[in-house]
Amino acid sequence: MSLGGEVTKFQKRRAGEVEEGPQTTEFLTLGIGTQMFGIPVLQVQDVLRQQTVTRVPLAPPEVAGALNLRGRIVTAINVRRRLALDDLPQDVKTMAVVVEHENELYSLIIDKVGDVLSLPTRSFEPIPPPWTAYGAMSRPASTASTTS
Amino acid sequence: MDDLIVEFITETNESLAAIDLQLVGLEQNPNDKNLLSSIFRLMHTIKGTCGFLGLPRLETCAHRAENVMGRFRDGTLQVTPAYVTLIFESIDRIKYIMGELEANGKEPEGNDLDLIEKLDAVYEGRDQDAAPAPALHVVPAAAEIDPLQALFDATPGPADMAPPPAAVAPVAAPAPAPAPAKTAAPDDHATKESSLANQTLRVNVDVLENLMTMVSELVLTRNQLLQIQRHAKGTEFGAPLQRLNHVVSDLQEGVMKTRMQPIGAAWSKLPRIIRDLSNELGKKIDLVMEGEETELDRQVLELIKDPLTHMVRNSGDHGIEKPADRAASGKPETGKIILRAFHEGGHIIIQIKDDGKGLNTARIKEKAIEKGIATADQLAAMTNKQIHMYIFDAGFSTAEKVTSVSGRGVGMDVVRTNIEKIGGTIDLHSEEGKGSTFTIKIPLTLAIVSALIVEVAGEKYAIPQLSVQELVLGSDKGDNRIEHINGTPVFRLRDHLLPLVTLQKLLKLPDAPKNEAERSKTTTSNRYIVVTKVGDYVFGIIVDRVFDTEEIVVKPLARILQSIEMFSGNTILGDGSVIMILDPVGVAKATGEIKVAGASETKKEQDANVHRAGQKTSLLLFSAGDVMPKAVPLALVARLEDVDVSKIEHSSGQMLIQYRGGLMPLIKFQDSMQINTTGMQPTLVFSDGTRTMGLMVSEIIDIVEDVINVQINSDRPGFLGSAIIRNKATDIIDVGSYLKSAYKDWFKDHGEEDFDRDDMKRARRVLVVDDSPFFRNMLTPLLSVAGYEVTTAENPLRALELQERGALFDIIISDIEMPEMSGYEFAKKVRDGGKWKETPMVALTSHATKNDVEKGMSVGFTKYVAKFDRDTLLSTLSQTLAEQRHNNSEAA
Repeated sequence: MSLGGEVTKFQKRRAGEVEEGPQTTEFLTLGIGTQMFGIPVLQVQDVLRQQTVTRVPLAPPEVAGALNLRGRIVTAINVRRRLALDDLPQDVKTMAVVVEHENELYSLIIDKVGDVLSLPTRSFEPIPPPWTAYGAMSRPASTASTTS
Repeated sequence: MDDLIVEFITETNESLAAIDLQLVGLEQNPNDKNLLSSIFRLMHTIKGTCGFLGLPRLETCAHRAENVMGRFRDGTLQVTPAYVTLIFESIDRIKYIMGELEANGKEPEGNDLDLIEKLDAVYEGRDQDAAPAPALHVVPAAAEIDPLQALFDATPGPADMAPPPAAVAPVAAPAPAPAPAKTAAPDDHATKESSLANQTLRVNVDVLENLMTMVSELVLTRNQLLQIQRHAKGTEFGAPLQRLNHVVSDLQEGVMKTRMQPIGAAWSKLPRIIRDLSNELGKKIDLVMEGEETELDRQVLELIKDPLTHMVRNSGDHGIEKPADRAASGKPETGKIILRAFHEGGHIIIQIKDDGKGLNTARIKEKAIEKGIATADQLAAMTNKQIHMYIFDAGFSTAEKVTSVSGRGVGMDVVRTNIEKIGGTIDLHSEEGKGSTFTIKIPLTLAIVSALIVEVAGEKYAIPQLSVQELVLGSDKGDNRIEHINGTPVFRLRDHLLPLVTLQKLLKLPDAPKNEAERSKTTTSNRYIVVTKVGDYVFGIIVDRVFDTEEIVVKPLARILQSIEMFSGNTILGDGSVIMILDPVGVAKATGEIKVAGASETKKEQDANVHRAGQKTSLLLFSAGDVMPKAVPLALVARLEDVDVSKIEHSSGQMLIQYRGGLMPLIKFQDSMQINTTGMQPTLVFSDGTRTMGLMVSEIIDIVEDVINVQINSDRPGFLGSAIIRNKATDIIDVGSYLKSAYKDWFKDHGEEDFDRDDMKRARRVLVVDDSPFFRNMLTPLLSVAGYEVTTAENPLRALELQERGALFDIIISDIEMPEMSGYEFAKKVRDGGKWKETPMVALTSHATKNDVEKGMSVGFTKYVAKFDRDTLLSTLSQTLAEQRHNNSEAA
C-alpha cells in the first residue's frame, strides 16, 4: 500500500471524527515499513536524502553513524533497528529527518517522509502502559504513535 | 600596571556604562525594583573590588553611593531626578578616578569630601529641610529668579531695556559657579573614553559559535570549489580560488583562536593571592607555574578558573605548614606549590601539587563518621585514597579549618561539581607529612589539536598527535617483522619489545570492502605501526594506512556514544567528512594495561635510571619441562624466536643454529625436556654485545609485571628460587647459569657476583655499578633473592649523583671496565671523601692479574671478585659485610 493513499484515508477519518478545534499540532509523517509515524513539525530541523555516514565502531546497533550537517555533527539513528524491525535491502534509498533532542542533533533514518498534518491536540491518546517504557531515544516517534 | 588592575578597569568600565544606562531608565521608572537592584548590585561589586584592590578613594565613593541606593531599595527614599543626578555625580567621580588610575596606575591625589558630604546628607535624611545637593541646580535658580522677577516686575516700563543685562548676569553667575567648583575635575576627565576598554571586546560566545559554524560552512564550499577546479584545469578561476583558499584558511584559524586562551590567563591572579596569603598567615610559599602556554577553550577556562583559585588557595592555607613546623619536620622552610598544565592523551591535565602536610586521614575519618557518611567498619576497609576522596563530598565541610582566607563558601564539592560539569575528573593523591597532589583532567573538548589521520578497514580515524611518538613500518618478513607471543603481536623496536594492538580487531571492524588489489597490497606485506605513548606506557597501534596530520577541533561525542572508551570525540575534517578521534588512554586500557595511570605515576616518581629491587619487574612467563611456570625478567630477553627444529645443527655435543649471520648456541631448558622433532621450537634469545644464545622452552605464556618476591630459595642449578606470580608458584630462572653453559667465558668481560643466602637475611643495601644493562638486570634478581636491597647505576657518574643526593649503601659492587669513568677512578673518588668513604667496595672484573688486584686495592677496593661465580660473590659479599660490622663494633 502506498503511503500517500494511507495519508488520505487517515486524513479523511480524522476529519470525519473530530471537529477541527483551534488546538492543533502539526506533525510531519514518516513511513517505516507499512506503518506511519508522526513527529511534531517544530522539532524537525531538516529532511535529508540518504547520506554517507561515518560508522562508529562499538556503538549500540541502532547508531548508524555520524554525519556532518552544516558544521554540526549529527548522530544518525537507524529507527528500524531501534524499533526492532529488519533492515531494508541495501539498494533501497532511505530518508532521514533531523531532530534536536536535549541540545544534540539526531538524524532519524526512516523509509519515507510524508505530508505535514495538522491534528487536534485533544484527539491524542496516551500510550498504553507496557510500551511507555520503550521511549528513550525514539521519544518523538512514540509521541506520534498516540495519533494513529 | 598590575594585571589585576587592568582587568578591574575593564570590568568596572563596563559596569559603569551599564549603570549609566540603567540609572537613566530608573529616572523614568522610579519604581522599577529590578533596575534598582541591578544598579545596586553593580555598585556593590565595584565597591567590593576596590576594597580588595586597596583603592580607598574609589571604595569610599562607591560605598556612599551604594548607601543612598540602599535607601532607594528599601523604599525609605523616593527616587527623584535630583537624587539620580547625585548618583550620576558619584558615577562621574568614579569614572574620573578610574581614568587617573588607568593613566598613572594609582588613584589621584585629593579627596571627595564634597561629594561624600552630599551623599551622606541624603543617606542620613539631612537634606530634606536643607536644600539637597541637586537642588543647587533647581531650587537656587528658582529662588534667584524670584527676586529678579520681582525686581523685573517692579521696574517701570521705560527701564525695560536696562535690567535685562543686569538680570542675566546674576543668573548666569551663581548658577554655573557652584557646579563647576564641584564637578570641574570630573568633567574634564569623565568623558575621556577608557583606552584600555577599547582594546578588548566582550563577545557573546553564541556569536563566536555562529561564526564558527559559518566558517565551517565556508570551508566546505571552498573545498568543493577546489575539487571542481582540480578537474577543470586551466580556467581563469585558478588564481582567485587560490587566494580564497588562503583567506578562508586564515579566517578559520582566526575564528578558532578567538575561543582559545592560554591557561596562564586563569593563573595570573594566583601569584598575588599566594603572596598575600603568605603575608597574612606568616608562611613562606613558592608558587611554581609550568605550562602556562597550554591552550584551553575559553569557556572551559572560565569554568575552571574559580575552582583552580580555590584549590591553590587551599594548598597554601591548609597544605603548607608554617616555617617553624616545616623546619621541625625536616623540610625547607619555604613551601612549594607547583601548578602544572599539559596535554596528555587527548586531555588537558592540570596538577596542583604542594609539599605541605598532606591530608589528615584520621580527621577525615572522624568527620565521615560524624556526618554519617560512612561507618567505622566501612572506613576500615578503605584505602587512604578512598577516604581522602570524601573531601569532595557535598556537605563535607572542613569547618573547623575555616580561616579568613579559604573556607568561605566554596567547598571542594563545588570544585568537583564545576569540573565534572565540563566532563572533567578530579583525582587526589595525598601522603601525610609529604603533601598532596590534585590532578584535574579535562577532556579537550573544543580544544584544537593536531591529529594523525589513519585508515583501518577502509575507515579513517584520528589519533591525537601528542600521544604519537613515531611511525614504524612493520612487515611480515625480515628484521621489521611483527612477531607473536602466544597470539599477541609484538614488535622489536630498538631492542625493546613493543606490545601491539590491531586497531581493526580492537574496533571489531570487518575487513574493508575495498578493491582487492589495494587491499592485498596493504594487508599482506607492510603494516604501519603507530607508536603511542600514554603516561609511561608505550605501545604500537597497527593500522592499514597513514595519511597526514591535520589540525582538528575536537567536538564532544553524542551522549549515546560517550560510553565508548575508545573515542575521545569526533570532528569534521577539511573535506567535510566526520571522523572519530581515538582516545589513546582508552586503547591502552583495552589492551589490558588498566593500571596505566597508577603505574606511570609510581614510575615517574622514581629516578629513571635507578632501579630498586622491591618494585615491579616485567617478567616473561614460559613453561618448560614440568608444569610449574617459569619466569625470567623480560629485560634480560633480547628477543623471542621460533626456531625451526630441522635447522638445528650439532657440534661437539652443543646444539647450534645459524642465526642472523652467525652461530648461536642453543640450550635446552632442562636436559630432560622434549624438543619437538619437527616444526618450531619457541626459544628465548639472550644477547650481550656480540654474543647470543638461545634457550629452548616448551611454550611462552605471557608477559606480566609483578614484584619478584622470592619465597623459597633454590639449590637447583639454573633456578634462583620460586615466587608467587599471578597467584601461581613460579620458578625464577637464573639466566647466568645457562649463559655459562653456553659460553664458558661469557662473563669474561664482566665482573659478576652472587652470594650466600643463609646469612644475610635482613636487607642490606647494595649498589651495583655496571655499564652493561644486561648484567645490571641479571644481578638485580640474583641479589634480591639473596636478601639484598639492590640499587643499580649505569655508570659511576650516576652513582656519584646518588651519593650527592644522600643515598646510603652497605656495600658497592663496581665493574672496572666502564666507558665514562673506570672502576679505579670511581673507587678513588669514593674514597676521597663524602658519605661513602667507609663503604666497602667490591670490584668485579676479568682483569684479575696480581697487578690488577694490587691496583684495585690501592685505589680503595675492599675485595676483588675475579670472575662470575655465584658462590664466591655471595660469600665475598657476606664476608665483607661481616668484616665491616666487626670493624665497626671494634671501632665503637
